[in-house]
Amino acid sequence: MTKKRARLLQGNEAVVEGAIAAGLTFFAGYPITPSTEIAELCAAKLPAIGGKFIQMEDEIASMAAVCGASLAGMKAMTATSGPGFSLKQENLGFAVKGELPCVVVNVQRVGPSTGMPTSASQGDVMQARWGSHGDHEMVALSPSSVQEAFTLAVESFNIAEEYRTPVILLMDEMIGHLREKVVLPEKEELVIRNREKPNMTPEQYKPFAMDHGEIAGVPPLAAYGDGFKFHVTGLTHGEDGFPTNNPAIAEKQLKRLNEKISSNKKALTRVEKFYMDDAEVVVFAYGGTARSARKAVKDARAQGIKAGMLRAITIWPFAEDALLEVKRNSPKAVIVPEMNLGQLVLPVKRVIGDSAPVIPINKIAGQLVEPEEILLAIKEAM
Amino acid sequence: MALSLDKYLRMSKLPHIWCPGCGHGIVTQAIVRAIDELGLDTDKTVVVSGIGCSARAPGYLHFDTLHTTHGRAIAFATGIKMAKPELNVIIITGDGDAAAIGGNHLIHAARRNLDLTVICFDNNIYGMTSGQYSPLTPQGSYATTSPYGMLEKPFDLCNLVMGAGGTFAARSTTYHARQLTNVIKEAISHKGFAFVDALSQCPTYFGRRNKLRTPLDMMNWFKDRSVPLRAWSKMSPEEQEGKFPVGVLTKTQAPELTEVYAQLVEKLQQRGED
Amino acid sequence: MGQALPWEITVDSKWCKKCGLCVEFCPRQVLEMKDVPHVKDPARCTGCLMCEMHCPDFAITVKRREEND
Repeated sequence: MTKKRARLLQGNEAVVEGAIAAGLTFFAGYPITPSTEIAELCAAKLPAIGGKFIQMEDEIASMAAVCGASLAGMKAMTATSGPGFSLKQENLGFAVKGELPCVVVNVQRVGPSTGMPTSASQGDVMQARWGSHGDHEMVALSPSSVQEAFTLAVESFNIAEEYRTPVILLMDEMIGHLREKVVLPEKEELVIRNREKPNMTPEQYKPFAMDHGEIAGVPPLAAYGDGFKFHVTGLTHGEDGFPTNNPAIAEKQLKRLNEKISSNKKALTRVEKFYMDDAEVVVFAYGGTARSARKAVKDARAQGIKAGMLRAITIWPFAEDALLEVKRNSPKAVIVPEMNLGQLVLPVKRVIGDSAPVIPINKIAGQLVEPEEILLAIKEAM
Repeated sequence: MALSLDKYLRMSKLPHIWCPGCGHGIVTQAIVRAIDELGLDTDKTVVVSGIGCSARAPGYLHFDTLHTTHGRAIAFATGIKMAKPELNVIIITGDGDAAAIGGNHLIHAARRNLDLTVICFDNNIYGMTSGQYSPLTPQGSYATTSPYGMLEKPFDLCNLVMGAGGTFAARSTTYHARQLTNVIKEAISHKGFAFVDALSQCPTYFGRRNKLRTPLDMMNWFKDRSVPLRAWSKMSPEEQEGKFPVGVLTKTQAPELTEVYAQLVEKLQQRGED
Repeated sequence: MGQALPWEITVDSKWCKKCGLCVEFCPRQVLEMKDVPHVKDPARCTGCLMCEMHCPDFAITVKRREEND
């Protein structure tokens, strides 16, 4: 039925296909393993469809150019990995503060520092949340398959545009370099969202209005060159975009900036529930690691063990509600396999509390968490 | 002709935050006057800045304006210009902004020959953080971080831009306000990357520490050291010592990046139709 | 009222930061520094704009009378 668009793609390639399907018109990047294929493919594809590609002089400049292009009305993206993601943090914060829709792909590799460039990791989960300074919310999505790399690339742009915020597509090297069959949907099958434009005069327009916009707290965004003559600054600003030191205005604006995401957690946070209805042991997994978790759960079920997987598709905002449901069902254990030293163990414990043991399984040197290891943990928990 | 201020300034945001006698207002006015004399469409002109005293200028200017992070104005502006080549993109930067933390962006923008105009408000000091030395601070000058005199040699930013392949570089000073306006006009009109080193006095943090007690003392210090390009080229290296050339120092034509890119798009799309 | 002079010099005392550069740069001593710059001798103004162009505060404008209305 859909054989017409079935293709063998790499995760990084699927990201580009998804981004272009979502309306990507601008890419700025810098070569870094294991994300480079994303830049290479954008360089090949964007000029042919009238989009813009530029390889910048460094990671910082790439993030800056993405912010500039977003203000000029483009759907803009950059892609990187650990060291580059670190360099991007200041301007990523600028995108948060300026409320500039854009997508930052981070194909995670082993860190800290240069680490193991070609090896898979999930070590940037907390950096994605708190890498840039100051109080802010962040949206991060993590695909577990090549197919999902495509759909979450589309979803990342939709969220970025709808909420006027940067979105992090938090890949890992396993998914980035994995090749598998994907079915690319037809254009008509996709829901594509675009930022809300102001429907007022330039004199009336307030780029950081408290109460304009279809979504509460998300003001419409004009584009440079459209005659609105508006000001954007990283300084704390009022509704008109100009700097303020007035604590009352600053507090209102900073609250709006955070609440536009936090108060929409329900709409933003997506999970997959796999054999969760009667699960006595729950595996909480995400990204590439969820593939092993899925196999372990299937194997456990084949042996008559009631295991299930709660897969976080959205990493940030965190899947609190779904974990609260887990807690209410009083499982025997919650197992958290990660390719890091347990970055999401504490957030899981914060929700689960003492109601069940939270058991981490960690790999930090580029090896994958094997299904057998998770299955063993499931059996021990029973 | 007197400027019609309300066409170009956000009147409600003035008076500005700069100190009395600061040269930045003079350079800002020269930019506005250049825009006025060129008749640029204010709806199609974007002004981008980084961080520092100079970076506050766009907030007073009635265009689309962007006050970015330290050193990164040119990189943000690159995104804007690539996205919408029809916009006039003017970058206001300081000497710390352009030559220290943002030096990499400056040389690469020059190399690319992207049609941007960079005006460096060069007061050879970090004013916003109250007077540390910058890569433009003259050797021997005093700053809070060179209390015994500046040990390092400063950049010549025009030479740096030219060395990086820049197709337009000019220098002027707040003393030469009319010449400054003229070179900014030429820079904006230039198709390709254009750089203007605009020497601007910081009486508060540079002047006071370096026996240049008034804004006028500082401007006379600019006047005394500046040499028109024609005279400069006839001077020996000994005569040039401690002085600098003013005017348009280089102006050449080379393919501009957004035009080259547009040609590529056209070629690829024709190929697609064949 | 005297005969209309060709140039009208306006000082905006709200924007002026009293640096005195306009007084220094005027080649014909039209201005003097009081609390803010004061137009002492308007008849000597030639409309050269040296004061306006060297004002860091956008606080002084020199207009030809016809430009006004």
